[in-house]
Amino acid sequence: MKNYSSPYVTPSASTNRLMLNVIIALIPGTIAYIWYFGMGLIVNLVLAISSALLFETVILLLRKRPLKAYLSDYSAIVTAWLFALCIPMHSPWWLVVVGIGFAMIAGKHLYGGIGFNPFNPAMVGYVVLLISFPVEMTTWYLPLQISPDSLTLVQAFSYSLGLVDIHQWDTLTSATPLDQYKTSLSLNMMISEIRQSPVFGSFAGVGWEWIANWWFIGGIYLIFTKTIRWHIPVAVILGMLILSFSFYIADPDSIASPGFHLFSGGLMLGAFFIATDPVTASTTVKGRLIYGFMIGALVYIIRSWGGYPDGVAFAVLLANMSVPLIDYYTQPRVFGMNPPEDH
Amino acid sequence: MSASTAEITRSGLWKNNVALVQLLGLCPLLAVTSTTINGIGLGLATLITLVLSNTIISAIRNVVRTEVRLPVFVLIIASIVTVIELTMQAWFYDLYLVLGIFIPLIVTNCSIIGRAEGFASKNPVAASALDGFMMGLGFLIVLTILGMLREIIGFGTILANANLMFGEGASALQFTLNEEYGGFLMAILPPGAFFGLALLIVAKNLIETRFYQAPAAKITDSEAEPVAT
Repeated sequence: MKNYSSPYVTPSASTNRLMLNVIIALIPGTIAYIWYFGMGLIVNLVLAISSALLFETVILLLRKRPLKAYLSDYSAIVTAWLFALCIPMHSPWWLVVVGIGFAMIAGKHLYGGIGFNPFNPAMVGYVVLLISFPVEMTTWYLPLQISPDSLTLVQAFSYSLGLVDIHQWDTLTSATPLDQYKTSLSLNMMISEIRQSPVFGSFAGVGWEWIANWWFIGGIYLIFTKTIRWHIPVAVILGMLILSFSFYIADPDSIASPGFHLFSGGLMLGAFFIATDPVTASTTVKGRLIYGFMIGALVYIIRSWGGYPDGVAFAVLLANMSVPLIDYYTQPRVFGMNPPEDH
Repeated sequence: MSASTAEITRSGLWKNNVALVQLLGLCPLLAVTSTTINGIGLGLATLITLVLSNTIISAIRNVVRTEVRLPVFVLIIASIVTVIELTMQAWFYDLYLVLGIFIPLIVTNCSIIGRAEGFASKNPVAASALDGFMMGLGFLIVLTILGMLREIIGFGTILANANLMFGEGASALQFTLNEEYGGFLMAILPPGAFFGLALLIVAKNLIETRFYQAPAAKITDSEAEPVAT
């Protein structure tokens, strides 16, 4: 044991410890995801993680950086894991590789690697795919509980690799609850009518609602292990709650409830795992609250009036873009110094 | 101060390339290069404008007073662009429809007023015409390469709709990569234009450092190599 002189500041956790905590927190939600949506997620995870490690190795070699230190910090695995959770299941293999390629090359290493990227790499990869391949990125599958058939792991792998006819399982696809909600509202249907669709569960979508709960529990673990601070997730949820609640009480017949919004799509995953990325999030306490609130509000705005059914990725990227400005205006006052005159 | 032919050529095509080095005229460059033919169409229109405007401005350079030169230059450029626009409307109507607003917008292309002010107003007619041609050619080449790059990635074709420019017989020029290629839409969208231009600039700088200059200095300690833990 080394002897240090006071005041005994304990070293903050290393990158790989933080990333390992994130992976541990992702496990319960991931298991729930597989329980509700089947083996496709395992295929996505395997493809995403292996291609992320491959891209990372190649770029580190090109940039002449030490391999072991960067490959063993788990950051590429976390990026790939989050990415795999965002894209639809049973996607063709090249979709995963293109997305991860953009995430690792354009999203991370072109800016200088871990610690220097202004945008969340997983979200960069996801958004590139979303605007480039709208058909593949909107083909979602029914939860197993209401699906007429399910794929085994081997079937899922051969499906993604294009070894079997891709139209064979077309009947298993369906709109996501958010998608269904958006298109039904545009047909002037009432919330009570929309809820008749089998994809809706007790308060949000079948499966989705419970997966979101497990992300929440994983997020609590992250807060308790001090991997993340509470400000960002709380502010994201508050931003979403305030907006959705105020519109909901004005017109409960044609606006979805706050509970539906909170537990649908990627909001919970985004609030605890994506928005809290220590590199791309705001770094001051006040700034984190503003940053989180901005994401929550933007997700509601994009879902309600935007062109896409869900907007977590866009909201996170827009907030990432504002982080330098937010940080500039929320610098805490140094103790003993006068408050700054003006900025 | 008259520059030599070789110098003007080198400057226009490579050393001082409008798109890759001066980064001028980016608005049309990024907006219309979604296909090769669009790129060539706008590149040619800009090339002709540059040659004509440089020639005329150089010819009148001793007549126009310094105080009013910019409005005069703009008037001349605007007249030339109007002529080109009407010509395209008459003979290449379909291409004219595709390029739309970007044809009249050549007036505001900074590279044209830039060459007028920076070169034509100080040099004799022949040198100015050559400069206009070489600058325009440099711009045309970049537009064409960028158009090809974006078209092959975005649609999987090269020279699609060549009939817009070269008449019906040219439809056969179209090269299709693979019938089943679905297309990578981002290459056609604005971000793809930025990525494509950035890649071309990277390629140019790479060629320059490899063949024209000593290799760049190695990363020094001051640039803080992250320490392995």
